[in-house]
Amino acid sequence: MLELDDIQHYLLARPHATIAQYNFITFKNAGSGRHWIGALLDTIGVAKTVLEANPNDMRWVSLAFTWNGLKALGIDDASLATFPEPFRQGMAARARILGDTGNNHPDFWEDKMASPDLHAVVILFAKDREERERCIKVHEQYLKENPGVEVLSTLDLEAVPPLDYVHEHFGYRDRITTPVIEGMGIEPTPGSSPPSKPGEFFLGYPDETGGIVPVPLPEILTKNGSYIAYRKMQEHVGAFRDYLKEQGSTPEEQELVAAKLMGRWRKTGAPLVLCPDKDDPELGRDDQRNNNFDYETMDKKGYGCPIGAHIRRMNVRDNSVSQIMNRRLIIRRGGTYGPYLPDDAPEDGANRGIAVFAGCADLARQFEFLIGVWANDPTFEELNERDPFAGSHVGEFDFAVPKKPVKKKLKGIPAFTTLRGGGYFFMPGKRALQYLASLK
Amino acid sequence: MKQHEWQTPKAVAIPKEGYFTKEDGRYGPVFPKTPANYGFTVIAKVKPGREAAIREYGKTIEAAVTGAPNVLAPLKLHFLRWVLFDVGNGLHFMYQGIFDTDFDKYVEDAIALFNSTGVTTVFVNLEGFPEDWKTNIPAVAKFFHDHQRPSFLEYGEYPYVSTAEIKKALALKASFSEMLDQIQ
Repeated sequence: MLELDDIQHYLLARPHATIAQYNFITFKNAGSGRHWIGALLDTIGVAKTVLEANPNDMRWVSLAFTWNGLKALGIDDASLATFPEPFRQGMAARARILGDTGNNHPDFWEDKMASPDLHAVVILFAKDREERERCIKVHEQYLKENPGVEVLSTLDLEAVPPLDYVHEHFGYRDRITTPVIEGMGIEPTPGSSPPSKPGEFFLGYPDETGGIVPVPLPEILTKNGSYIAYRKMQEHVGAFRDYLKEQGSTPEEQELVAAKLMGRWRKTGAPLVLCPDKDDPELGRDDQRNNNFDYETMDKKGYGCPIGAHIRRMNVRDNSVSQIMNRRLIIRRGGTYGPYLPDDAPEDGANRGIAVFAGCADLARQFEFLIGVWANDPTFEELNERDPFAGSHVGEFDFAVPKKPVKKKLKGIPAFTTLRGGGYFFMPGKRALQYLASLK
Repeated sequence: MKQHEWQTPKAVAIPKEGYFTKEDGRYGPVFPKTPANYGFTVIAKVKPGREAAIREYGKTIEAAVTGAPNVLAPLKLHFLRWVLFDVGNGLHFMYQGIFDTDFDKYVEDAIALFNSTGVTTVFVNLEGFPEDWKTNIPAVAKFFHDHQRPSFLEYGEYPYVSTAEIKKALALKASFSEMLDQIQ
């Protein structure tokens, strides 16, 4: 059973927040860093308390460290060497493996995300703007008291209007599918993956093999921890809307193109496998039905949902493509940043997009596989395509839409997104944070 | 008629390292695609007295594929060849596979399939196979890399053609014959 009173809430419970801020931190000296962790400790909510949703308890701060950060805090070299290679190297060094090429390359990242001085991230959720301001003031005081801790960059996040459904800047409804962990008392919705063994996301627990992977050292630091992979993806909303207009002459046709790229209808999330020709808002809303489909028996050739659609690449559902989907799952967290671009407004060049974390127990097997192979490998299912949203694009790949009598090609998929930053962090449990704070 | 790449047989000589430029994958160097597609040739020494156990697993795999013909589909395989040989310094096992994808990409799928089809039981009869193979994927991947003997020449009579393309072409031929029968 998961130690819910030790594991940070971030991957297990969603606070009722509308607004957030990420602070990316560097430690100039170990002592200051440890003292700062000690000061933050009481604000870091564990899974148990956030799941209880006590309206008077809004300790919704989460804290995670890069490998360089653990080093800067004084973890010894022998222990540091026991962490897996992707984490030791960091996301920027893994760019080739991930397929982060062209404009997505770390050379072009912002917020100092590719810097070796990136040591930690503080994730703050708040119920409203006022509460966020209050928390920021408190944090500024901690920083004053610990001059060896500096903020490299910050990112403000806020939900995009219209607020009646959760979505990103392109307008796609989000948070329809999320892994469920065994023992949490939550039943997966019909068609979703069966409950995952806790070791798929938290270190020190049995995973889907039935065994427990030995944790990096020292155990007090790593038991109950997870890796979280950060991706800041700028969304080129103007380019996306222009592309829809090029490919579809009526609003209905444009909406169908948007749906084909994703595999679900934009506003409702209704899956194309179940309603290929026309959106079905009622089906989209019904979580007993909106995930209840497969591809192998219901849409093998992709006449409903194209084989290269985002949801079909990221969650393959077919045994012939993968028999270990249960070992490729990630828990997605994060939100939207940047100003809202209303439907009828022209592109204003503003930086807007999503800034998300992918939680897992094994960066290479879970996160890196999803991005490096399923998002960016052109040979995926012999398509010669990349994922239209999560892949790297400069217009050299098309997107096949199977259709009778002959398939249609959406030509020259442009970069709808650009990766603007990323990093690998380790999010320890609360005991581990106390251990870090008390290091001498 | 347009000239296609598959119409011209092709041979490629490969440097000693097994690759032209070193590219790291998630678990080590990535070996290049050749006219004979991707592949590996893993050779390892058999633990004493284990020959019968390994031979027996040939039948296990036969039964697994008969029972579920798509069981190995995620590996994008063309062919497998398993060979036992002894040239004077003990019995060795050679596992040669031709794939449409480089091994690094689907290494976890391969290991999971090895486990579910019993192939791992063959590997545990080989010297140097990691004891903690069930949970330690990087160690298993390292075993394959350490025992991989890259080709220095590969040839394709119909270069770079994938299994899916071959199956599609044969299906098309069959449909076409059927169509011709129907219009008699």
